[in-house]
Amino acid sequence: MLDRLLSHDRPRSRWLALALIVVVLGLAVAPFAFPGAKALSVAAKVLVFILLVASFDLLLGYTGIVSFAHTMFFGIGAYGVAIASTAMGPGFAALLVGTLGALAVSLGLSLVIGLFSLRVKAIFYAMITLAVATAFQTLASQLSDFTGGEDGLTFKNPEVFNPSFEPFEAPFLGVSVDGKIFAYYLLFVAVALLFLALLRIVNSPFGRVLQAIRENDFRAEAIGFRTVVYRTWSNVLSAAFATLSGVLLAIWLRYVGPDTTLSFEIMLDILLIVVIGGMGTMYGAVVGAALFVLAQNYLQDLLKLGATALEGVPLLPHVISPDRWLLWLGVLFVLSVYHFPTGVVGRLRAMALRFENNDSNQRRPS
Amino acid sequence: MNAPLLELKAVQTHIGAYHILHGVDFAVPEGEVTMLLGRNGAGKTTTLRTIMGLWQASAGEVRFRGQAIQAQRTPDIASQGIAYVPENMGIFTDLTVKENIVLAARNAQHEGDLDRARLDWIFGLFPALQKFWLYPAGKLSGGQKQMLAVARAICEPRALILIDEPSKGLAPSIIQNLVSAFRELKRQKTTILLVEQNFMMAKALGDQVAVMDNGRVVHRGAMAELVENESLQQRLLGLSLGAHQ
Amino acid sequence: MNTAVAAAPELRQIPKSSFDTKPLWLLAVVVLGAIPAIGSGSTWLTLTVAGLAMGFIVFIIASGLTLVFGLMDVLNFGHGVFIALGAFVATSVMGGMAGFSAQGGWQSLVSIFCAMLVAMAVAGAVGLAFERLIVRPVYGLHLKQILITMGGMIVGEEIIKMIWGPLQIALPLPDALRGSYLIGDASIEKYRLIASAIGALVFGALVWTLNRTKIGLLIRAGVQDREMVESLGYRIQRLFIGVFVAGSALAGLGGVMWGLYQQNVSPQIGAQVNVLIFIVIIIGGLGSTLGCFIGALLVGLMANYAGFLAPKVALFSNIALMVGVLLWRPQGLYPVTNR
Repeated sequence: MLDRLLSHDRPRSRWLALALIVVVLGLAVAPFAFPGAKALSVAAKVLVFILLVASFDLLLGYTGIVSFAHTMFFGIGAYGVAIASTAMGPGFAALLVGTLGALAVSLGLSLVIGLFSLRVKAIFYAMITLAVATAFQTLASQLSDFTGGEDGLTFKNPEVFNPSFEPFEAPFLGVSVDGKIFAYYLLFVAVALLFLALLRIVNSPFGRVLQAIRENDFRAEAIGFRTVVYRTWSNVLSAAFATLSGVLLAIWLRYVGPDTTLSFEIMLDILLIVVIGGMGTMYGAVVGAALFVLAQNYLQDLLKLGATALEGVPLLPHVISPDRWLLWLGVLFVLSVYHFPTGVVGRLRAMALRFENNDSNQRRPS
Repeated sequence: MNAPLLELKAVQTHIGAYHILHGVDFAVPEGEVTMLLGRNGAGKTTTLRTIMGLWQASAGEVRFRGQAIQAQRTPDIASQGIAYVPENMGIFTDLTVKENIVLAARNAQHEGDLDRARLDWIFGLFPALQKFWLYPAGKLSGGQKQMLAVARAICEPRALILIDEPSKGLAPSIIQNLVSAFRELKRQKTTILLVEQNFMMAKALGDQVAVMDNGRVVHRGAMAELVENESLQQRLLGLSLGAHQ
Repeated sequence: MNTAVAAAPELRQIPKSSFDTKPLWLLAVVVLGAIPAIGSGSTWLTLTVAGLAMGFIVFIIASGLTLVFGLMDVLNFGHGVFIALGAFVATSVMGGMAGFSAQGGWQSLVSIFCAMLVAMAVAGAVGLAFERLIVRPVYGLHLKQILITMGGMIVGEEIIKMIWGPLQIALPLPDALRGSYLIGDASIEKYRLIASAIGALVFGALVWTLNRTKIGLLIRAGVQDREMVESLGYRIQRLFIGVFVAGSALAGLGGVMWGLYQQNVSPQIGAQVNVLIFIVIIIGGLGSTLGCFIGALLVGLMANYAGFLAPKVALFSNIALMVGVLLWRPQGLYPVTNR
């Protein structure tokens, strides 16, 4: 039954399966196992990034398209909810309208961008999406009446998701349950369902055609698949899931600004995660997002320890300084692109395969 | 037959998943014109490209002047005095005729450095090149481009010239021009390996001949021998040389 | 072809090579069309000079990128790191020479000149390392190139932050070079004139190198047919490294000039200008120097005209320009043939 749920896309590595279980369980019990506002917000960020990066993996890992417009769709989802909640007043109606509106805009934009890739080569496409995303970011800060400009929009959720909502008098499992916890579980369930949906998509015949196109689009076209159609669909689906992850982020933060969703830093983060985690694996997004967000928030403390320990040594403290964590991530990223293109997940799977082969070699009669 | 300037021994070439050359053996004697004949798809162009290092031989040896060159890079192979005139001529269409020639003359920094005597000789063979010296090469006709491609190969002394189907798509009178030019080269004892489907050219120019089929050389020998033996022609090429004038 | 004509091929008439002037007309249209839109002649003059200066600077930065792509099919998404490097090196050099440049006009020019030379040297050296470590392993693999060069930029930015700190640093113009000349009602900043002059010089040098030297010949031929150039006996690998280093050095120079134009530099300067140069080389046609030049001027002018006429849509104006050009010529203004 688990197989059916995962669309027959099993981890294929004991370590990977273990890692996934740890991540999922950890996220499931986070409000109770890791009390405190920071831990919960880290967990929520992991959830959002899992979905965001997985949707990007659909485009990059499975279809072989580099698009820098992903954060734009992320932002559209977030702004959709924010603007609707601000204009209509908080409530489920606003959430619904915001989500549907954002999806509609994303659908339209991704369709246009996908069809435009007809006329231009892959490299052009990457550059154009970069330009479009940058323009969108500027637009968001310029149209301040609509989007709150640089300061962004702050809004309230439907009652049940607001921190002020406290249905229980006594703490439950040591934690006082409030709207934030309900919001967290909304994220958890939504991300789980949407991630499984993505697994279903990439393991379907459609997903296999995408991979064929990624490997050799000329041949795929020759066999009879209209690559343009498939690429456009991939674009649209990827954008849709990114939009939804934006919606979830907005519900969690109750604030949206150009820097929370549209910044180039986030695009880089997505790239880092998908490459280090493993392109074209989906699970890479889970493992990668967990590692990345944890590192982003907790590694810095570790590095600070290291920096103080090396106080006297020249230059080294600068290099190990907590602010330089992005440097090491960048180096890891460069190494991954060249040496480990399949990322952490791919490595684990390769190890498992070698293990299996060794096992079966030994079992064979000599 | 003179000593071989170029030798191929059991050369195999794969292009991606395709196995094109299945063990090519032949030698190009110095100072003579060797024809490489065969049907379409026999592997003639692949052989030339392998010699030039544009495609890496997966097995076997290519020896030039006794030195193994199959693992060398194209620029190094070319610097040893091997010129290549590809099937598509390789003309730089945005550059003028003059610039194409200056580029081909490795020792020349600009027009003034070109060997005047040699240039006059080339103009004698191909007058069109002198007339259109400053025109972009892309504007030349097909025949003129082919002349330019050959001119590039001879603007400096070369040890070996590899030419791939120079007469393809050209009118018979232009082909006559080319034949005269090659005859002139032959008189100067330049070693040439010529891939050609035009049997009139082959008959007129070739001293030695190697026939390829399915990625292998299936016949080697003197051209004179092939010309006289009609049944051999039929067997190897599916028709007789005499039938094509 | 009948025998009569073929017998004397040298008499065949071929049309005189016609130079494609349409993109130049586009430039003229934009420049002249702005006059009625802006209304005032003096404002137009100020904006046009500003736009040209910006365009020249952008051209300097983008020229290296487009040649590298044209020659070797390598797209360096990390080109921005050389811009940032150049800009920051300039802060150090000009800061160090502040006393000297305060003495007067010539001294200021000398200090800027020094900053440029040092920036170019440093950027070129880093470019050499960048090519060896980051670009060379992924020749021919476009997807990996995009990713790995981006990674290179991240690492580069972090190293810059390590050396110069993560904050914005001021890069003031020496006093002698501040201020403007007045032509009628129009005020034209001194620095913009200098930038334009330098930009024109660089353009001239590039054109001269490409058209009058053997190396330039090799580059132009290599952009068209790399294989044939190798078959003629030239190690195009070495040529490429040279072009890459030159392109990086030019980006460094552009960084210095951009920094002085804005009068401050930040580590993000690379990523910011990145988008602009991509727009420029797409408009110009990947691999074409002239296209890059016209594209850069168009972008610079549009940014300034739009910045005056409708500030909110200034960035959009460039995107709109790009889309418009692509609809007219999907490969850019001057597509390189044989690609």
